[in-house]
Amino acid sequence: MTDEGWIGAVLAGARPQAVAVLLRWFRDLDRAEEAFQEACLRALRTWPLNGPPRDAAAWLVMVGRNAGLDRVRRQARERPLPPEEALSDLSDTETALVEGIDAADYRDDILRLLFICCHPSLGAAGQIALALRVVSGVPLPRIARAFLVSEAAMEQRITRAKRAVAAAAVPFETPGAVERSERLAAVAAMVYLLFNKGYTTDVATHGARAPLCAEAIRLARLLLRLFPAEPEIMALLALLLLQHARAPARFGADGGVVLLEAQDRTLWDGTMIAEGLALVEKAMRHRGPAPIRRRPPSRRCTRRPPKPPRPTGPGSSASTPPSSRCSPRPSSP
Amino acid sequence: MKYAILCYHDEAVTCAWSKEHDDAVMGRLAAVHGRIAASGKLGPVARLMPTTAATTVRNDREPSLVLDGPFAETKEQLLGFYVVDCDGLEEAIAFARDLGEANPGGAYEIRPIGLYKPGAVPG
Repeated sequence: MTDEGWIGAVLAGARPQAVAVLLRWFRDLDRAEEAFQEACLRALRTWPLNGPPRDAAAWLVMVGRNAGLDRVRRQARERPLPPEEALSDLSDTETALVEGIDAADYRDDILRLLFICCHPSLGAAGQIALALRVVSGVPLPRIARAFLVSEAAMEQRITRAKRAVAAAAVPFETPGAVERSERLAAVAAMVYLLFNKGYTTDVATHGARAPLCAEAIRLARLLLRLFPAEPEIMALLALLLLQHARAPARFGADGGVVLLEAQDRTLWDGTMIAEGLALVEKAMRHRGPAPIRRRPPSRRCTRRPPKPPRPTGPGSSASTPPSSRCSPRPSSP
Repeated sequence: MKYAILCYHDEAVTCAWSKEHDDAVMGRLAAVHGRIAASGKLGPVARLMPTTAATTVRNDREPSLVLDGPFAETKEQLLGFYVVDCDGLEEAIAFARDLGEANPGGAYEIRPIGLYKPGAVPG
């Protein structure tokens, strides 16, 4: 594979983590993005010679932070950049720092980054555009094409969105449990919006490649890696995979819509369906009450005095099994 | 000697691959598989779903605990494995090198197999 090929893949994979941590350091979206870009340029120069670092995201964070700090200092007092080796070389003290960025830090950092992008003050289109630009690093012309507007208009829209979220001042402290779950719900909704944007417009033109759908699936996967026990996120990823699996069959050769019943099912993506179903199965395990929650109420149920018999009318069953009264379940099968 | 060749890679990277890139990698790997299979040394091959689909049962307590997610949070994840029957470690390393050329990045762990039962699960 070419250098640009594998480096591009590694940079794309590390981007959400790296930008999220840089955002925590610089507390400014533009500065974090610039620092990440600077780190990417250095990666393109040094990785082909030295090989990729063991932890690409941590490398990008450290180099980006150094470059970003230098930029801040330079703005205060003009002076030349230190030599390349000094900026890109991570000495032992920095390795210790890098090791300190563990999965838990990434989790809240990435969630914060995503949450900032889906701030309620933005509106759906603004949320999607900002997330695509900042989190996924999609080039501006491609976002503009997806929204059928000119590049200049999209640039303006993203600049306005950045200003709005800066004014909204999302706190940078580690969020509490309630705050975290609120953020997660907002972010999950944004990922689904992004997928829908791709589902309605993108698939018709790009078929199964539909970049917006692929990006939404990648973000849902990222969220689930960060929150592996959240049934909502399992269900979100499963929903996206199961819907996107049908993409190759949803439009005919003439570009017309093919309804579900008429679709050629051999075109459906079996791998995606299998993964989606595996996730549904995992999420369903969380549906019933957890063992700890289950025990006390069931005892209460058995101690409760028997209810008077329900009026039996035509069509209503006279006896309801006691278990269904104790633990109400969704009526759908 | 039979060896398991375990494939590790950063999932964040492999999940960011486009469909074309994934297909290209799988195509190059299929060529290597063909070569190993032709020598009659290739056993079962599996590509695992992402670790987000994983469930872990911890048996170090009573009752055992069912957890969502992979066994360990690591920078690189176990993404698949091969079973090969080699003359020795050198040949297994050569196979892993060939696989690595077709699919750069990540790492291959070569583990001699102690007990092997081919099983009856069809492909």
